Amino acid sequence: MNNFSYIQANSAKEATGIRQATPQAAYIAGGTTLLDLMKAHLEEHPQLVDINLLPFKGIEQTSDGLRIGAMERMSDVGEHPLVLQQYPAVSESLLLAASPQLRNMASIGGNILQRTRCGYFRDAAFPCNKRVPGSGCPAIAGDNHNLAILGTSEACIATAYPGDLSVALAALDAVLTLENAKGKQRRVPVTEFYVLPGKTPQRETVLEPGELIVAVTIPAAAHARRSTYLKVRERASYAYALASAAVGLDVQGGTIRSARVALGGVGTKPWRSPEAEKVLTGAPATEATFRAAAAAALRGAQPRDDNRFKVELAQNTLVQALMKVAG
Amino acid sequence: MTFVLQLVTLQNIPMDTEPKFFETNPTAGVVGQPLNRVDGRDKVMGRAKYSAEFNNLPGLVHAVLKTSDVAKGRITGFDTTAALKQPGVLAIITHQNIPKLAKTPNDAEGKKAIGAPMGYLPLTDDRIHYAGQPVAVIVADTLERAQYAAALLRVQVAAEKPLASYEDPKAQLFDPTKIQDGKTQAHVVRGNAQTAFAAAPIQLTHKYTHAINHHNPMEPGATTAHWEAPDRLTVYESTQGVTRTQKALSTMLGLSAEQVRVVTKYLGGGFGCKGSCWPHTVLTVQAAKFVGRPVKLSLTRPQMFTSMGHREDQTQTLRLGATNDGKLTALIHEKTSTTSPWDNYAESNSKIVNMLYECPNFEASYQLARANVMTSTFTRAPGEAPGSFALESSMDDLAYQLGIDPIEIRLRNYAEKDPSTGQPWSSKSLRQCYARGAELFGWSKRNPKAGATRNGRLLVGWGMATASYPVHNSQGMARARLYADGHAVVQSGATDLGTGTYTVMTQVAAEALGLPVEKVRFELGDTKLPTAPNSGGSVAAGTVSSSVYMAVQDLWQKLIKVAVLDKKSPLYRAKLTDVEAKAGRLQLKANPKKGEGFAALMKRADMADVEGNGQGRYGSGYEDAQAAANADPAKKDEAAHHSMHSFGAHFCEVQVDPDLGTVRVTRWVSVHGAGRILNAKTARSQIIGGSIFGIGAALMEGTVRDQNLARYTNASLADYHIPVNADIPDMTVEFIEEHDPYINAMGVKGIGEISMVGVSAAVANAVFHATGKRVRELPITPDKILGTKAV
Ligand SMILES: Cc1cc2nc3c(=O)[nH]c(=O)nc-3n(C[C@H](O)[C@H](O)[C@H](O)COP(=O)(O)OP(=O)(O)OC[C@H]3O[C@@H](n4cnc5c(N)ncnc54)[C@H](O)[C@@H]3O)c2cc1C
Ligand code: SF4
Repeated sequence: MNNFSYIQANSAKEATGIRQATPQAAYIAGGTTLLDLMKAHLEEHPQLVDINLLPFKGIEQTSDGLRIGAMERMSDVGEHPLVLQQYPAVSESLLLAASPQLRNMASIGGNILQRTRCGYFRDAAFPCNKRVPGSGCPAIAGDNHNLAILGTSEACIATAYPGDLSVALAALDAVLTLENAKGKQRRVPVTEFYVLPGKTPQRETVLEPGELIVAVTIPAAAHARRSTYLKVRERASYAYALASAAVGLDVQGGTIRSARVALGGVGTKPWRSPEAEKVLTGAPATEATFRAAAAAALRGAQPRDDNRFKVELAQNTLVQALMKVAG
Repeated sequence: MTFVLQLVTLQNIPMDTEPKFFETNPTAGVVGQPLNRVDGRDKVMGRAKYSAEFNNLPGLVHAVLKTSDVAKGRITGFDTTAALKQPGVLAIITHQNIPKLAKTPNDAEGKKAIGAPMGYLPLTDDRIHYAGQPVAVIVADTLERAQYAAALLRVQVAAEKPLASYEDPKAQLFDPTKIQDGKTQAHVVRGNAQTAFAAAPIQLTHKYTHAINHHNPMEPGATTAHWEAPDRLTVYESTQGVTRTQKALSTMLGLSAEQVRVVTKYLGGGFGCKGSCWPHTVLTVQAAKFVGRPVKLSLTRPQMFTSMGHREDQTQTLRLGATNDGKLTALIHEKTSTTSPWDNYAESNSKIVNMLYECPNFEASYQLARANVMTSTFTRAPGEAPGSFALESSMDDLAYQLGIDPIEIRLRNYAEKDPSTGQPWSSKSLRQCYARGAELFGWSKRNPKAGATRNGRLLVGWGMATASYPVHNSQGMARARLYADGHAVVQSGATDLGTGTYTVMTQVAAEALGLPVEKVRFELGDTKLPTAPNSGGSVAAGTVSSSVYMAVQDLWQKLIKVAVLDKKSPLYRAKLTDVEAKAGRLQLKANPKKGEGFAALMKRADMADVEGNGQGRYGSGYEDAQAAANADPAKKDEAAHHSMHSFGAHFCEVQVDPDLGTVRVTRWVSVHGAGRILNAKTARSQIIGGSIFGIGAALMEGTVRDQNLARYTNASLADYHIPVNADIPDMTVEFIEEHDPYINAMGVKGIGEISMVGVSAAVANAVFHATGKRVRELPITPDKILGTKAV
């Protein structure tokens, strides 16, 4: 790890001000992933700005839906009664993630901004376009077992967000509140927050330098109350998803009135699937419909040597998740 | 707060098997009892010092390794400017300024003399042979400063295109004739397997691949080196054998063994990777010399993947010929694997294929390809674990093909003597293991059809496999000192890998001395103590316990001599051979009432203490040892006429999600016959641990080497998966009581590795039973179940 200085910010204004003065500085929340990145020299920051004192707290009902402060901890959010009752997919995505120790430390904002588990990215000895733009992508011809099959580019095929929460948030139309150095807030849907790698895989989100995540708001909806998150991994716990699905259905009289579908572990970003939702909406809630929706979701998939299995796995994961919420 | 709540619940967990047994009966029969670990309290309290925790050495400083990014090339220079400018940096040691060693392993003679696992020592020239090879040692006053300086150090390298494995089309396969440092003949032929196979009515030919596995003990490799004088070195080392490290270091440094002391008081696991002296150890010792201060080095987790060996990537082809009623007629085993640029290392997979079942014709061969990797090394049950995966999967195929129960097919081929040598077994309880395992598991209720048992959406499968592990030749020494006040100190330079050596040796000594366990202190892990073998190959329990037992017998003989010459002793003038020691009493064999306790005798003789020395060895049978202090040497030869193995059977239930491809083990039964069991609790833990390791190898473990850059892509415990609690069900473990008169003085076979043998096959066989799909590629990850990969 490089030498760095540490400062605790008491307000958003103070935090963004420091970032403005030292553009290479980084915010630190739980630190569970930032410190790993710094220890491995994947990110180097001369200064850390501790944002744990910022008032980005609270889990409360608002007219727009449930608002969760960015500094809330994964465990507290996952176990919160309102989240459990109204957004089961969100609760499950949190409680199936990482380990209890990590969930107790890790914040919602930090979770949303975690970085890829691509093995080449995580080892500074390898070339990697995301880490060192223009250095190449060894994963394409190398070990891509865990990497993406949707939204890839010639520059990068990583699941830039490897985690779980944002998949559920993307499915359920969650909106992030961001705040910049001028104290100005803006709202960005999670589905628009992450960007495709294209030729610039180093750019992963629309977050502006120094901008803070203040909160995430998830609208109330029938399909949100009837939602689930299914995660498939090689070991039973404490592993990232090979494939996952966050789904919500509003079924009435056997017909799907509204549907929400997002996939994890297979896209270069949390993969909301309007194609699948289109198939589902208005159709009977049957396995045949779910299979058709799954096929639609994966239609554009571009698998590589080691991750070809994900095409079938992601479809089956989606079907199983839909069967579960359809009851 | 959640954290506090968790602490409270932790306290409420009931503790199992409190050692009540010796409250009522302090001496008799403590061997075998489920005694709690004698070192448990020190470990929990943080008082147990591991090798990187000797922090009070005067002027102790820290070293870190700078390792190579690329897997092949030449170092053209270093830019040390920025690194050397950092405060606290004491030295940057490279091949350009490192002092010369008396010997290196870089030539065959040196390698042999050192006993080095690898025929190349980094920092001896400018070559880079593998990714992760150390290229510099940075020493600074704090760990952080050393790490930072290492990051600032620039290494200029002319990179070359590496070879990653035997699978590379450019790899050149060769026949090594001998493997494992020349210790093992690669080619073995018994009968005429080719002809027999060609003539066999049933012919199975299958390929099995095994991923690279890393040992990943919790405690990484660590060395603290202290030159107490220019010619006197003490090394606190994380090793499975202090003597082997002492030999390696003294040979490399040109010192005598007595000038090098190696200490390992506690070890946080080894699994084979700490069985040899690897480069980082001597580099730390050299760094300490260089800066003239004690130096500590602890490998990082990523460095653990390129510093202490691994289980090599390998493909086995097994051809099995059998009659229509399932009798084996031929086994032909071929293995192809990756080795380093210097050594012909391959696990000897074929050994277990040669001995597990009665089969008149056998042939084995090995092929290696050199690649830019470090040398692989013994990894828990080296050879037996992957070898049994191939054999036991094919035996399962045979059973299904002929419609014979998997246990029955094994009984039809039961080896009444060792087929590989023709020798009788010293003991073998495999039939009982099958029977008891089947009973505990409920095997008789098995649906013989594959793919026919369901639990809702999930497919349920049952599988079993045989386990076996040899008792390796070894010997060692121990010393026992009994004090007149009823305390004893017993010593042997053995290692406790964390598995209970301290505890079981305390039990053996206490029982032999007739003392309560709390009156006995067992000391180990120091070259100042009597020499013990490496704790590897499952030899420690048998050899060290026998040494301890013999040392105590020696001590009794000394006291008996005193007694028969002492006019005041009831044993005055008795014949030496008529006297025995029982439960701390010296007495006439014919009339046990006539005798006295050691305390009275020693008091009269004004003896503060009495000391005995013993040598435990492979093949000094336990019945002789009971009779006399020194085993009859003739028995050693007799032992050589026996084949000595532990045997066991694993039974496994899996549930497979056919849509998601996930496999979860839901039930587990292991039954073993492994000679005398010294501690029911630590033995059970050992079998559970080994089986979990096997389940890991079966379902998730695998290090991935990039085939273009020859560098690992998942060198961390976040990405290299080992089982977590959620992967493991309650496990049932039992032992068949076995009295083996030939093995050693205690009749102990050792259970370190057998626990892992056959495990991956038991899992794969259960997966086949569940799904009808045979996976011959480890680990069995969801992609292989889903069927997009050829199996
Ligand atoms: C071994 C391991 C396993 C894991 N497994 C999973 C898993 O299965 N599923 C899963 O979803 N996750 C998993 N994680 C990731 C884990 O969820 C993240 O580490 C955690 O959520 C990060 O939160 P944090 O508060 O610690 O973030 P930090 O490490 O403090 O910060 C992460 C990044 O976010 C930035 N940041 C943090 N908060 C804000 C904010 N409010 N505004 C702007 N920027 C901010 C920081 O500057 C930094 O760049 C795993 C992590 C580890 C180490
Ligand atoms: S997939 Fe992306 S993150 Fe991985 S090596 Fe390629 S560019 Fe880097």
